Amino acid sequence: MRFTSISCEQREAMLRTVGCADMDALFDSVPAAVRLSRPLDVPDGLTEFEADSRLRALARANAPATSLVSFAGAGCYDHHIPSIVDHVLRKPEFFTAYTPYQPEVSQGTLQNIYEFQTMICELTGMDVANASMYDGATALTEAALMAARVTKRHTVVVSAAVHPEWRQVLRTYADASVLEVREVASAGGVTDGAALAAALDDSVAAVLIASPNFFGALEDLGAIAEAAHAAGALFVVAANPVLLGVLEPPSAFGADIVVGEGQMLGNAMSFGGPGLGFFGAREAHLRQMPGRIVGRTVDVDGSMAFVLTMQTREQHIRREKATSNICSNHALNALAATVYLSALGVAGLESVGRSCVAKAHYLRAALLSTGRFASPWESAFANEFALSFDGDAVALRDALVERGFLAGVPVRELDPCAPAGLMLFAATEKRTKAEMDALADEVTSL
Amino acid sequence: MTEELAQTPSTAPARGPRKLIFETGSPESRCFEAPALDVPAGSLDDMLGGAGRTRAPRLPHVSETEIARHYTHLASMNFGVDSGSYPLGSCTMKYNPRLNEDACRLEGFAGMHPYQPPATAQGALELMVGLARTLGEISGLRAVTLQPAAGAHGELTALMVFRAYHVANGDARKRVVIPDAAHGTNPATVAMCGYEVTTIASDANGGVDLDALRAALDTDVAALMLTNPNTLGLFDPNIVEVCAAVHEVGALAYCDGANLNAIMGVTRPGDMGFDAMHINLHKTFATPHGGGGPGAGPVCVTEALAPFLPGPLPVREATGAFAWMTPEHSIGRVKAFAGNFGVLVRAYAYVLALGGDGLKAASEQAVLSANYLKEKLKGAYDLPYDRTCMHEFVLSGARQRKANGVRTLDIAKRLLDHGIHPPTIYFPLIVDEAIMIEPTETDSLEDLDRFAAAMLAIAREAAADPELMHGAPYTTPVRRLDEARAVKQPDLRWRPTQ
Ligand SMILES: Cc1ncc(COP(=O)(O)O)c(C=O)c1O
Repeated sequence: MRFTSISCEQREAMLRTVGCADMDALFDSVPAAVRLSRPLDVPDGLTEFEADSRLRALARANAPATSLVSFAGAGCYDHHIPSIVDHVLRKPEFFTAYTPYQPEVSQGTLQNIYEFQTMICELTGMDVANASMYDGATALTEAALMAARVTKRHTVVVSAAVHPEWRQVLRTYADASVLEVREVASAGGVTDGAALAAALDDSVAAVLIASPNFFGALEDLGAIAEAAHAAGALFVVAANPVLLGVLEPPSAFGADIVVGEGQMLGNAMSFGGPGLGFFGAREAHLRQMPGRIVGRTVDVDGSMAFVLTMQTREQHIRREKATSNICSNHALNALAATVYLSALGVAGLESVGRSCVAKAHYLRAALLSTGRFASPWESAFANEFALSFDGDAVALRDALVERGFLAGVPVRELDPCAPAGLMLFAATEKRTKAEMDALADEVTSL
Repeated sequence: MTEELAQTPSTAPARGPRKLIFETGSPESRCFEAPALDVPAGSLDDMLGGAGRTRAPRLPHVSETEIARHYTHLASMNFGVDSGSYPLGSCTMKYNPRLNEDACRLEGFAGMHPYQPPATAQGALELMVGLARTLGEISGLRAVTLQPAAGAHGELTALMVFRAYHVANGDARKRVVIPDAAHGTNPATVAMCGYEVTTIASDANGGVDLDALRAALDTDVAALMLTNPNTLGLFDPNIVEVCAAVHEVGALAYCDGANLNAIMGVTRPGDMGFDAMHINLHKTFATPHGGGGPGAGPVCVTEALAPFLPGPLPVREATGAFAWMTPEHSIGRVKAFAGNFGVLVRAYAYVLALGGDGLKAASEQAVLSANYLKEKLKGAYDLPYDRTCMHEFVLSGARQRKANGVRTLDIAKRLLDHGIHPPTIYFPLIVDEAIMIEPTETDSLEDLDRFAAAMLAIAREAAADPELMHGAPYTTPVRRLDEARAVKQPDLRWRPTQ
């Protein structure tokens, strides 16, 4: 299957126009020594039907979480996605468009980004938001780099209760730059206040905290903000946006930058990507923000219009002095988030949040009642929590897959230092009481 | 307007008053209804340890009908590849096959959680291994990570790998050399990776100036970053010497793969001497740009650099089972989870459809189409580098500016009135009034001729009626914007008082 419509005859005519005898002559500037003298070792092309069959066979070789009863979370969540979301995403005017560099024919994309920015500001309580980042992990890392620019300091303090993969991304970036990372241990499922205090000094640009954190626990954001600010550091909070209908926004506790993963806003889990990173900040730091930003203005006729703005921060203008190297972002995923939040509205978002919280609390009680789990701590939580299994969490998870459950995420798979029994469970509004009772029954019968 | 201009507008005119989603609907409008809670509700604020929300966020109140109409209205103000020719240089705006859109939505892919045990993810891992193998073959660089989310992310990943490699050799280096024609992400990436940028001028033919390169190279140089074919759309005939010179001082050669669409199956960056490259799946492999993303920027490297790649990598084990493996000296992760898997599925679908021959044919046609347009347009516009081009070429609007005060921006805006998306403009920076044209292989001959006719008409119009050009576009949903006002009076979010 090819996607060209130019016939052999037309090709010959075109070759004559350009004065080349054949296709090979077009590549005369490629030295003979580096010409590939054999066909690519890639199988022959397939018809659409054949390709479709092959792809379906690969898809069938998976047992997706959505075909199991899934309590897996750890940064990626199985929420209901209203049908309208994908119908909007499938509009070719949206998904086949490039970055809106020509605003006269990109008002759809631009207005949507403006609306997305507004929704992120509303959820997080921040003054300004950008058009999206790649994911939560890179958004958090960019927040650390931005804090270093704002404070002219080079150390960031990150809680060990931040998602292990996000900390790895932060460390990878830090290893290649001037950033220095100090990790603060957790105690009782949350950031250890005493260890945090000990890690703070006047070299610290930012304190990076997630709430809910990797273990699902809610952090004492007010106290951490106070400690961070007392040391002259910015306070960076990673939030779960779908819970911000029920949780106080990080701004209320003094957050300077709020970031996070936005997959849960209307994006399929898709094996972990593409989701999106969101990024909100205070107005005072606008010029240090990474990524694209859309503003509202007027056209020459005075009509409302939207345009990419504040571009002197960006790589195509500032090159090595840019605030980030990001160019392509996750605009289509941000569109999904905007449609999702429009569909839910305040009432819907609140009811989804309430439902996740109530179900997670029910699930925890049900699992504890099996007698196979112990509670490692009593910290408050929202949609996700950790329990200690009295055996190996990986073996438990695998055994339950056989019975139709993706029970949760064994923490040791992500953090080799974690106890073998520690396991994360998340509940979304999709899970039913019957499913949770059934999981508890299966655990009991193991 | 002259008769030539009475073209169908590129996009349908906006219907009805234009509103924000926040100004649409009424407090009673609803789209979503939550199922009744089947567990005890409990006290929310108690469960949340007192952190319950005290002031609700202001989100839209809209019905499903209102949502459908709002986004249909927004879509009508957009221009995509499906709307018409989109010859945006450096961006490879080829058609996005619909099978790929369907495939990535199959429940067996879209419903996968990233932390499923590999036993339940064999199809996903097999797909990733297959795609990585294909990209390794096309690039001639066999070790591949699919983790990076975009081209710029791939650049950063590769430079981090280079840094780790140099450090492992006890060799702290300081600088990265970049030609002046480079894309902005290249120098921005260098800075993020803690290196200094050394810019070298291009030679008279638009290639790397070998003398300037040699003068810039010493043992402080970590790498050369080069787009080849370069951003003028020209293949560097000295590429072997360029890479050799880089290696001579112990530095590594990086290929920005944005222009891979010119050379698939014809020549391979690995064979040219590059040590690493990124591939923009959202360009060469037909995955949609999505109005700015998401993309995917896999990085292909030599065997020597393979131990440093970010992990985990999908691999096929001796047993035939697929699994995750983290390389020995991995730089660590650059992204959470497994990369932009949904984009990888689309790219793999594209590879399956085209096959090895089809990929090569796509590149050949892309190059032929670009050269065809170049021949048609080089009389009416300046062509600073008049050589056989690859999949794109760069004109200059300098003649029109000098003669009539018509700028490249005006030319671009006027194209909108012809129902054609403008080429990339003012890039690369080394061409005055640059117009960078990349037709891609999926435009028909009729599309190409229509674009050429529009460009020629505009060249005539620039001479006949420059004032008209300054006012263009006339037929788009909005006209030229007050961009200065956007900067001076930032309005970056809706507020209810507005
Ligand atoms: C030459 C070149 N390099 C790098 C990039 C950056 O790629 P991405 O937008 O995927 O980050 C682009 C994108 O337009 C490009 O044209």
